[in-house]
Amino acid sequence: MPELNTSSLPDLIFTVLFFFMMVTSMREVEVKVQVKTPNGSSEIEKLERKSLVSHIYIGPPAKQYRATFGSAPQIQLNEHFAEPEAVREFVSAEREQMAERDKPLMKMSLKIDQDVQMGIVTDVKQELRKARALNIVYSAGKEKEKK
Amino acid sequence: MAKGKRKVPGLNQSSTADISFILLIFFLVTTSMDVDSGLSRRLPDWDPDAVEQEMKIKERNVMTVQVNKNNEIHVKNGVLNRTIDVSELKDIAKEFIANPDDNVNLPIKEDYEIEGYGTVVTTVRHVISLQTDRTTNYEIYFKVQHELSKAYSELRDAWARKNFGKKYEQCDEKTEQPVARAVYASKISEAEPKQYGTEQ
Repeated sequence: MPELNTSSLPDLIFTVLFFFMMVTSMREVEVKVQVKTPNGSSEIEKLERKSLVSHIYIGPPAKQYRATFGSAPQIQLNEHFAEPEAVREFVSAEREQMAERDKPLMKMSLKIDQDVQMGIVTDVKQELRKARALNIVYSAGKEKEKK
Repeated sequence: MAKGKRKVPGLNQSSTADISFILLIFFLVTTSMDVDSGLSRRLPDWDPDAVEQEMKIKERNVMTVQVNKNNEIHVKNGVLNRTIDVSELKDIAKEFIANPDDNVNLPIKEDYEIEGYGTVVTTVRHVISLQTDRTTNYEIYFKVQHELSKAYSELRDAWARKNFGKKYEQCDEKTEQPVARAVYASKISEAEPKQYGTEQ
């Protein structure tokens, strides 16, 4: 039986590799809080352009941070836990990184654990209003419609 | 100097595939493919002078949805004043927003001019006021938002079917969808956070 010519195999795999390199973005931040977002159904929209979206995480700290931060819900901006007041600074920093014409389209994705109480959420929302970041998305998973 | 032609030995390329496989797997592992999704909302502008301002709205035009610290939903409008289950909220909201029977205790219907379409009769002045406590659970708040959102989109869909003869999603994004959205414009007002019983 003649042997299969595998000389083009590396090229094939390189093509796949390049494809993945192009379409994906590196995981940017390590999420230090436990977030289980609520589920919705028909009203959930996908966020199309990732470059417009900044994330704010709210939830109880992950296990390895419990010792230092306790188990009360925390706000995570970038890599750090923060107070609601820091949201404004975070928003202006994120806005700074965006292209000029995209600035009005900026979206804040609030990834909030479903067991968090509204107090902390309201504080963050008030700060977002002060920072004039008015487009928000309550991050949520999509539940399969039950038939 | 070599005499004649010397053959360059071919490089062994059999491992190139393996190397690129490893690279490929590295990228597969480190990248996030998950698509973010969620419920879009627009927050009202922050106007420090207007915080204390109470809008004067006729009672029939307001529906208050209150979620208290025990995660019970209390709805109050012209025809209803009771604690409800989250599954009832959508239909209550739909009836309130559309006021199909011209009930005098539900929002007033008025002529409303929509640019590029014409005049429609709708409840322009209705307001849904959503109030939460600081200790309300986020999940139930989200569900309430989701149900209200659903009420609006079902009304828009029904309106689109009636007036354009097709589903809302099939309507033209530039011309027809904005009209349907304007007829049933989402008017959910979230009151300034209040603290019941404790100091600010």
